[in-house]
Amino acid sequence: MSVYSTNEFKNGLKLMLDGDPCSIIENEFVKPGKGQAFNRVKLRNLKTGRVLERTFKSGESLPGADVVEVEMQYLYNDGEIWHFMVVDTYEQYVVSKAGMEDALPWIKEQDICLVTLWDNAPLSVQAPNFVVLRIVETDPGLRGDTSGGGGKPATLETGAVVRVPLFVQTDELIRVDTRNGTYLVRVKDES
Amino acid sequence: MNPSLKQARARAALYDSIRAFFKTRDVLEVETPILSRGALPDPVILSFSTQYHGHLLPQGDTFYMQTSPEFPMKRLLAAQIGSIYQICKTFRNGEAGRWHNPEFTMLEWYRMGFNHHQLMDEMDALLQVTLSCQAADRITYRDMFKEVLGLDLLLADIDTLKQCAAENNIQIMGSLHEKDEWLNVLMSHAIEPTLGMQRPIFVYDFPASQAALARVLPGEPPVAARFEVYVKGIELANGFYELTDANEQRQRFVKNNQDRAQANMPQMPLDENFLQSLEQGMPDCSGVALGVDRLLALQLGLDNIQDILHFNWLNA
Repeated sequence: MSVYSTNEFKNGLKLMLDGDPCSIIENEFVKPGKGQAFNRVKLRNLKTGRVLERTFKSGESLPGADVVEVEMQYLYNDGEIWHFMVVDTYEQYVVSKAGMEDALPWIKEQDICLVTLWDNAPLSVQAPNFVVLRIVETDPGLRGDTSGGGGKPATLETGAVVRVPLFVQTDELIRVDTRNGTYLVRVKDES
Repeated sequence: MNPSLKQARARAALYDSIRAFFKTRDVLEVETPILSRGALPDPVILSFSTQYHGHLLPQGDTFYMQTSPEFPMKRLLAAQIGSIYQICKTFRNGEAGRWHNPEFTMLEWYRMGFNHHQLMDEMDALLQVTLSCQAADRITYRDMFKEVLGLDLLLADIDTLKQCAAENNIQIMGSLHEKDEWLNVLMSHAIEPTLGMQRPIFVYDFPASQAALARVLPGEPPVAARFEVYVKGIELANGFYELTDANEQRQRFVKNNQDRAQANMPQMPLDENFLQSLEQGMPDCSGVALGVDRLLALQLGLDNIQDILHFNWLNA
């Protein structure tokens, strides 16, 4: 695996730091007029999701991390682990609960997800940005209070709870943005 | 308005006000060469170089692009030209980022008979005109460390500085050996972002080890008669009560080249014309260099200088 010096640092570059794969999310060149140059870097640890801050002396380097993102179809959960497949090659991967944390509330079997692989082993799974899910439970909200912007909680078929407008009812389908967990629009039931 | 036109008008208006400012003070505008066969040997300021071939130099020679117009302007001072200023392009290799562009515009001026405090007064007036800001604060380098980080630099050794960095969540990748390197880290990470938020602030009397081209004032400890100006956390200018001792200046340059050798960096040819003019006698003066692109960005409330350049270096 190649080694990257501070001059090659840019957002999205995947590096090994303290034994963990990390991705650069911010990279700022800092140099006093009469002083040494530094790169102030924010990195996301791809295993834990934690954001780390490091200052690199100009010219320092780190080994690259073999991290790739691959689209895969979610097949099923066998009670302990989650099974995914690359649609083109039928290659299958299994993901543990830790790797599922972000995607779990949003995905259903057959959804296409983005799986992050480190040294060909899944690290994490990202749900599609937008999903259509059925509401399994929400307060009828018959009093018709449409003035307040608050809305009401609704439980979706995957177990996630989102806030929806008062007019949305149980058994309806809604489109949700999984990146911030917000309701977007009602979707006509096509079944 | 067309954004390119808006930028151009802002820059033209700023130059008008700078020129008017110096005209009323009887400071003369000058123009000096960008290319020279001598270069600044400072190991943390890197010059661009280019090759001349042809008439009068058939073997060719290396010319360096100025990192500031300091040396030729000081030659003019030694020639008794009086107080002068210049707005010019300067070049620093390897410096690119939100607040850096490898070529940038500098306003540099020198005042005969001024010490650094008198020059700070004048600079304060210029900032009030160009930024419509309040009068600036002033603080010594030592008091600033005390106030912001609770450190007394007279007592603090390298380990204390390291510990202070750790307490401020500064984690350095790579090894720093010099006390000044740790001071610079604390300065740029923990102190600078707090400086000049309400009104500009002058930081003055730097450690003697960071004198650059400033004279060192005797005292306990001795301090460099150097100042910097910060506006909204951004370093805007650096000034000196100028060193006029030719021997001392040569020694600092030789030390620079020794530090370069130790870091496996190329040696820089010294500007012998400049050193010679110091030997012949430089009048007592103070000088300051100000980043004009940063001044414009601050004037327009931007958070970078790329947005006030018509074409940044990668798009030039």
